[in-house]
Amino acid sequence: MTRISSRSAGNVLVWGGYAFALLVAPLLFSQGAGLSILSQMGTAMVFALSYNMLLGQGGMLSFGHAVYSGLGAYTAIHALNLAADGSLPLPVALVPLAGGVGGVAFGLVFAYISTRKSGTGFAMITLGMVELVFASALMFPGFFGGEGGISGNRVIGAPFFGISFGPQIEVYYLIAAWLFCCSAAMYGFTRTPLGRILNAVRDNPQRAEFIGYDPRHVRFLTLVLSAFFAGVSGGLAALNFEIVGAENIGVARSAGVLLFCFIGGIGHFFGPLLGAVAGVFLTVVLSTYTGAWQFYLGAVFILMVMCAPGGLAGIASRLLELLQAVCREGFAASAGLLGLWAALAAAALAILAGTVMLIEMLYRRSLAAADGSTVNLFGVLLDAARPAWWIFGTILLAAGAVAFMRLLPGFRRHCDALGLGSGGGA
Amino acid sequence: MEFTLITLLNGLSYGLLLFLLSAGLTLIFSMMGVLNFAHASFYMLGAYLAYAISSHTGYWTALFMAPALTGILGAAIERFGLRAVRRHGHLAELLFTFGLSYLLVEFVQLAWGRAAVPYQVPAVLDRPLFSLYGTTFPAYRGFMMLVAALMLLSIYLLLKKTRIGLVIQAALTHPHMVESLGHDVPRVTMLVFGGGCALAGLAGVIGGNAFVTEPAMAAAVGSIIFVVVVVGGLGSLAGAFIASLLIGLLQTFAVALDFSLAGLLQALGVEAPQALTRLRLFKLTVAEVAPILPYLLLVIVMLLRPRGLLGVRES
Repeated sequence: MTRISSRSAGNVLVWGGYAFALLVAPLLFSQGAGLSILSQMGTAMVFALSYNMLLGQGGMLSFGHAVYSGLGAYTAIHALNLAADGSLPLPVALVPLAGGVGGVAFGLVFAYISTRKSGTGFAMITLGMVELVFASALMFPGFFGGEGGISGNRVIGAPFFGISFGPQIEVYYLIAAWLFCCSAAMYGFTRTPLGRILNAVRDNPQRAEFIGYDPRHVRFLTLVLSAFFAGVSGGLAALNFEIVGAENIGVARSAGVLLFCFIGGIGHFFGPLLGAVAGVFLTVVLSTYTGAWQFYLGAVFILMVMCAPGGLAGIASRLLELLQAVCREGFAASAGLLGLWAALAAAALAILAGTVMLIEMLYRRSLAAADGSTVNLFGVLLDAARPAWWIFGTILLAAGAVAFMRLLPGFRRHCDALGLGSGGGA
Repeated sequence: MEFTLITLLNGLSYGLLLFLLSAGLTLIFSMMGVLNFAHASFYMLGAYLAYAISSHTGYWTALFMAPALTGILGAAIERFGLRAVRRHGHLAELLFTFGLSYLLVEFVQLAWGRAAVPYQVPAVLDRPLFSLYGTTFPAYRGFMMLVAALMLLSIYLLLKKTRIGLVIQAALTHPHMVESLGHDVPRVTMLVFGGGCALAGLAGVIGGNAFVTEPAMAAAVGSIIFVVVVVGGLGSLAGAFIASLLIGLLQTFAVALDFSLAGLLQALGVEAPQALTRLRLFKLTVAEVAPILPYLLLVIVMLLRPRGLLGVRES
């Protein structure tokens, strides 16, 4: 009994903390573009969670998930425009639901085709379908709005309790509310018999079939449910931007959500949330500071695949275990481990600093040469025209890499001795 | 007749270029089980390297140097990147190449800029080969077809008639047995990956000046070659050959056709109901739907014959 109650207390703590974070986030980041970025993160979180229902829980690698969120977004913006005309009695707060319904409608058709296969075949069919839908966008300008897309206006009707959804903050809280409800529903899904069987289908389809479940049917149901949540995220995006264009259904958006989920960690339920935060940061925030953001996105992704397949969530749980071990063993006994850990972190920091320096200077020399040769990097002025900076960056990178490689085996041994699995995040 | 013959030739040459591209991909897939997502990026890299080399030493050096450099880079990436993630399974390998495609396109932009580069057809081949009913067929298209045919022949001979080919094929099905016989399977894998990338580079040298050499060129062919490989049957070189020609011809013929459902009914003398004729779908011409035809083909083939045309195993 105590075990159950302590677990439910933990649940209350986690979900309460999550709700609290959603509530106070706009108070902390209220300046400038902060609210807009938070809104985009919220939308991306719903999208990433829905994607992880497929990849993390079902082992289905899809390259076409943007089809559902994009078609959901189109459905939502048409619903919004119909509501503005007065021909559809739909309050603005429920427009994302229209997106979800749109996602399900298209999901039923596409899931019927794609879930006939698993593994590489499934991935290839989804790739074909996303290209199919994307190319159709220009063929049917009536629904897709051609090159310009479809725009709408979210401020319709009389304000409800003073809420008109005009100001960004009201849209943010609408997104946060939908995000919280969708997260809870998707977490609930992992606890249902269907969610459990989905895990079995992922791990061993033959055995799942043997005990009486049709893997294809399980995949079909999951994909349709996931398409609903993807559609909701599309509806939220439609409300947020008030315009939906063909890029919403493209391969790039589908690939993006895969990157986000993997960076966050597909093995943990909350991983995609971290991934969405990091991903929006890398694509939206970083792209305003540096033109080489795509390089960083790719590099972070490759680094994650190579060194931390558990993603950010995996690293976080390893750090937590490390902390627990330190508490258990006492501070003095684990001083060696902590020292090693600090040295590793310093080496990683040197690698990061060296890489960023070289990339920024390279970028300045080739693509932004017209802006002069100096780069302002966190207050340090680098001159891409002077070889000294290049040599310094290379040395920093090389020294960091050598130190990291040298320290890693020792660190792993230490972790193994403490029963921590193989290494903190590595 | 004139239209049919010229379109047939254009379709064949486009199809053969697609085959140049998908041959490397098929080779890597059948050997390692990895769908290399960065394959089209190696194609782009080949084109840019060929541009850089040919502007210094001429086209014919570039024809050999650029694929060699692309192949060496590919082998190095296999040795120091892919091999490390192999223990996490095929998904990790696929994702690694997926991330790699991001890095390669960014690298190309850093080195050569975002605009297209003036990579030209060599002067010797920049003339008509023959003329048919007044329409000329460029010599370079003929050269493309020749290179693709030579490559097909040499891969076939290498795989089927030589010792190296035997080892490569055996390492695919029985890696442990081959290892016990004293062959270095990881090195074979590295060479095959490098070889596949070199083929992509060769396609870049050939295709870069036939089309445009620009950073978006990888994305332009990226999904088409997956369609080719999947439709042909994962891992089957002959299947990839047939699928390349099929898709090359399909696309070339489709863009030249002006038929629509409405036109068809009109020609048959059938009066279609008003509600139907007002539908957009009804008025679309074949030329307008040409871009989606390969993907439609993919979905249909997957539904009717999940193994692909000549595939030997389920994916």
